[in-house]
Amino acid sequence: MKTRDAVIEVENLCVVFGDHVVLDQFSLNLYAGENLVVLGKSGSGKSVLIKCIIGLLRPDAGRIRVLGQNILDLDVHALDQVRAQVGFLFQSNALYDSMTVRENLEFPLRRHWLQVTQKEVDQMVYEVLESVGLEDTTHMMPAELSGGMRKRIALARTLILKPAIILYDEPTTGLDTITALEIIELIKQVQLRYRTSALVISHDMKLAQTAAERIAVLIDGKCYATGTYAELKASTDPNLRAYFD
Amino acid sequence: MLRPKKNLLLSEIGDFTRFVVRFFREAVRPRYEMQELIHQCFVIGYKSFSLVGLTAFIMGLVLTMQLRPSMVHYGVEAEIPAMVGIAIIREIGPVITALIFAGKIGSSIGAELGSMRVTEQIDAMEVSGTNPFKYLVVTRTLAATFMLPVLVVLADGIALYGSFLGVNIYEVLNFRLFYTQVIDNLAYYDVLPAFAKTFFFGFAVGIVGCYKGYYSTKGTEGVGRSANSAVVMSSVLIFILDLLAVQITELIWHTR
Repeated sequence: MKTRDAVIEVENLCVVFGDHVVLDQFSLNLYAGENLVVLGKSGSGKSVLIKCIIGLLRPDAGRIRVLGQNILDLDVHALDQVRAQVGFLFQSNALYDSMTVRENLEFPLRRHWLQVTQKEVDQMVYEVLESVGLEDTTHMMPAELSGGMRKRIALARTLILKPAIILYDEPTTGLDTITALEIIELIKQVQLRYRTSALVISHDMKLAQTAAERIAVLIDGKCYATGTYAELKASTDPNLRAYFD
Repeated sequence: MLRPKKNLLLSEIGDFTRFVVRFFREAVRPRYEMQELIHQCFVIGYKSFSLVGLTAFIMGLVLTMQLRPSMVHYGVEAEIPAMVGIAIIREIGPVITALIFAGKIGSSIGAELGSMRVTEQIDAMEVSGTNPFKYLVVTRTLAATFMLPVLVVLADGIALYGSFLGVNIYEVLNFRLFYTQVIDNLAYYDVLPAFAKTFFFGFAVGIVGCYKGYYSTKGTEGVGRSANSAVVMSSVLIFILDLLAVQITELIWHTR
């Protein structure tokens, strides 16, 4: 892949919490149209990385370019415009408890696109719910949904703005095996249907094996290795073998 | 290496002061979240009314029944409406209503925002093109500031009606006469400072609830702690503000 195709460029990212170095000169690119899975142990800094990319955390050093914009230099308004093109699926789904499914889906739409009509909203809500196979849940509250359904609705909420990039934070964590496989399949379908680029943070090897075109392994705050599943699995490096054995 | 212990109280005061300054900065800058502000006024005001009304009624009734034996002893039972009126309007109505409000609304805001924080809903709001501080903190604090005075006025009226019924348990007193006695014995410096301080009480309840919830940590345990400490801190602040209000009122009007 050529550098000019990169939709996310992370260069020499450093994040330090107190005495603990979370990310240490971390560099990684996400290319247009690819599914990249970042593997790492719990507490290795995967979620910190993804939150730095979307601008929820500010790194201590380094550079992050998203869709050609250096997000660390942007003002709030410009950052919101970049965020409108980047979907974020939170580990906890982050559905608004006090809102119905429909209101949850409408929320980002109405906040980012102020001129949208009710008819367009109705159409978009139906379209994304149909994408995740939950057309009949519009009037339900998040508390009434199962874990898998919540994950699907959260994904629908990220899709409603038709983002160019989707960031997934541990999308299969806390789900049973069958539901996790359904979510993995959904991630692949979404990429094909919406032609998005995806950065998936996970420690789920099944997800990495089935959904990733490329895998980056995060060890000791650095991007330790990148490659396809087959390439990394064939490695004799003991640090990588710990993941693939 | 030994490090100096962080002074937690000073640190908390500093963080809270920064939070209050940020509130004023965000409140005056557009975009204004009017729809959410109106919604919060309904949630905070209307839904607190039944609890505030009930406690105000009992407060007026009980105050009158407790006061009556002493007043009868000194032969001044005719002054009960005047005495209860001044006590309720100047002090008991605003303070008791504010404390009930802190218990209901302060804890509710603390728990709601705390829960939103630990389940990443506040982060989700931020990536959805919304300033969560403006949307959650400014609206709730303003709604609490505007709604508590309304509730206090209603509570004062209900408490006085409770007092009227309390008087009528022992003797027959005309409703109009009761209210005339109350109103005739009230001066503007009884009403105005008491009304003005309720804005500050409402602000204290709103901002403390938001502060505790917004910076909630440590999962569900943290949410419970946020709700609890929101009530404790806002109740203490209500008493401190009340003390200041009384001193300022006496300084201006020399009401002693």
